[in-house]
Amino acid sequence: MIIPAARRRATRRRFWTRRTRRAGLNLLGLLVALVTLFPIFWMISTAFKPATEWYSLTPHPLPAHPTLSNFRGVIDGNVIGWPYWNFLKNSLFVTLVSVAASSLVALLAAVAVARFRFRFRTTYLIMLLIVQMLPQQALVIALFIDFRSLGLLDSLVGLVLVYTAFALPVTIWMLRNFVAAVPRELEEAAAIDGAGPYKVFWRILLPLVAPGLVATSVFAFVFAYNEFIFALTFLGTDTAKFTLPLYVQYFYGRNGANWGAIMAASTLFTVPVLAFFLLIQRRLAGGLLAGAVKG
Amino acid sequence: MMRTAHGQPGSISVPAGRPRQPAARPGFRGRSALWIRRHRVAPYLLLLPSLALIAALVLWPAAQIASLSFQNYGLAQLDGTAPTQWIGLGNYSQILHDPEFWLSLRLSVLSAAVMVPLTLVVGTLVGLLLNRLGSKMRTFVSAVATLAWATPTVSASVIFVWLATPDGGVIDWFLAKLPTWLGGGAHWAGFSWTNSALPAYTLLTALVVWTGFPFIAISVLAGLRTIPSELHESALVDGAGPWRIFWRITYPLLRPIFRVLFLLSIIWDFGVFTQVYIVIGELGQRDMYNLGIYEYATAFQLPPAYGLASALAFILTIILLIVTVGYVRASVRQGALQ
Repeated sequence: MIIPAARRRATRRRFWTRRTRRAGLNLLGLLVALVTLFPIFWMISTAFKPATEWYSLTPHPLPAHPTLSNFRGVIDGNVIGWPYWNFLKNSLFVTLVSVAASSLVALLAAVAVARFRFRFRTTYLIMLLIVQMLPQQALVIALFIDFRSLGLLDSLVGLVLVYTAFALPVTIWMLRNFVAAVPRELEEAAAIDGAGPYKVFWRILLPLVAPGLVATSVFAFVFAYNEFIFALTFLGTDTAKFTLPLYVQYFYGRNGANWGAIMAASTLFTVPVLAFFLLIQRRLAGGLLAGAVKG
Repeated sequence: MMRTAHGQPGSISVPAGRPRQPAARPGFRGRSALWIRRHRVAPYLLLLPSLALIAALVLWPAAQIASLSFQNYGLAQLDGTAPTQWIGLGNYSQILHDPEFWLSLRLSVLSAAVMVPLTLVVGTLVGLLLNRLGSKMRTFVSAVATLAWATPTVSASVIFVWLATPDGGVIDWFLAKLPTWLGGGAHWAGFSWTNSALPAYTLLTALVVWTGFPFIAISVLAGLRTIPSELHESALVDGAGPWRIFWRITYPLLRPIFRVLFLLSIIWDFGVFTQVYIVIGELGQRDMYNLGIYEYATAFQLPPAYGLASALAFILTIILLIVTVGYVRASVRQGALQ
């Protein structure tokens, strides 16, 4: 038998151990977050530092005299002769067109795979899984030779084609789950009411799959916005055509030690994406895993 | 499920009820719709655009790589001034006798052998931690992890080079300040991380783990939340420690997820390219090439040897395909093709 006083003491002890454990876990979580955040923080902080501060043997976490001169240099383009907007424009063009194209093409394929049973369906799905894993640095050799004979080198159109095709496997794979989640009965009911296939598609399927399209577009967007190997190989000589990742790498290669400017360029390239991800973070996590971990 | 005479159940191309043009001769659209329905070609038509794009821009280049790997293909063939020159297994025998190939293969294998387990362990630990945090803290930490995951590869690589720069970099400053018994000391001041392969790949490992662990952590967290908490509690009551609970309960239940994450990590880390390209300073330092970089340099550094590079690319692809087979099998077993 436990006497009341001892029981009270035991409860209090349990309360305290739970509290300290909780505090310890939170502390650990905070540590993980800080370590993870540090490189991003350091990039942004360096971008605002004048040369005297980043080129110092005792680094300070925050700029003592914050300056915009690094950003001004990047935006004016006095380093490689083209302003930042030129590269942003290239990247946005390539990204938006390929995202739109791959979403449309992938939606058609996803409907086929989710709604029909047909010969070669399994073959097609396995083909997608394999294609997704082929190394880009291998395929780029053959694509370079092909694009050279087609006159698609140094052209953003060539990049759009490649980004559309390479985004497809993951996009189809993810979208197919979203299409399968739309109840068939809705489509059947609409068909009974006399709606043709196009109407069923536009009025029933598309609105219901829209959240899935958003999630897959995010993937296609990230792929196209970040892609490096194809841009490096196809846009080799024409700096004006560079996309942002290639621009940042080129900027770094040409400005060996001007870290303030390099980090400013990198910040302008990175922060919009991070802000976007923070906004959609909660919605994304589910879709990301539905597509990625299930295969 | 009802199977109608007109093909697939509930397919979006089948208006089952009143036909819109009952008496009149069907127009072109009506006739084509009929033909599509009768021959059940709707799924194939829907797949056509994606198949065309993938075939033209992924499968065809892959076949070309295979074919080029048996040719002597250089600038002359590219310009069309010399005819196609088949050399059988010439490229492959040259590669097998090439010490640089073996060096780059070794670097690829060794670096993947360190990067993959490290990413998995760090990711799993963070996933376990996230699972035990309160909901506010969990949202905060996973938001931060998402930021690391979403940072573009090029930016992440340039940032890590900056962190590790000999003059002005934080890492050297920090290591120099660290007490000696923790491996720190003044000899770290001005240490160059990109002058030889071992430190360069140490830096690359940190970079790959930093960008790679959030995906693992969030996947593991999603898996953990499917495990009923009673299992965990009853194990605690039975006096099992966290180590035992992980290996006896968590790991067996999440094994399918771990298998997929393991295989995906191998594929990603063995084929790592952009990070290496930036950290070793483009294609300058040949002793730091991994297989992918070596292949790329063979193709695009002067004088270009596209045939030889294709043979290297083919070897790289085959290695990755072997892992991919395991990945496909794991996915199929999980019911991903349903």
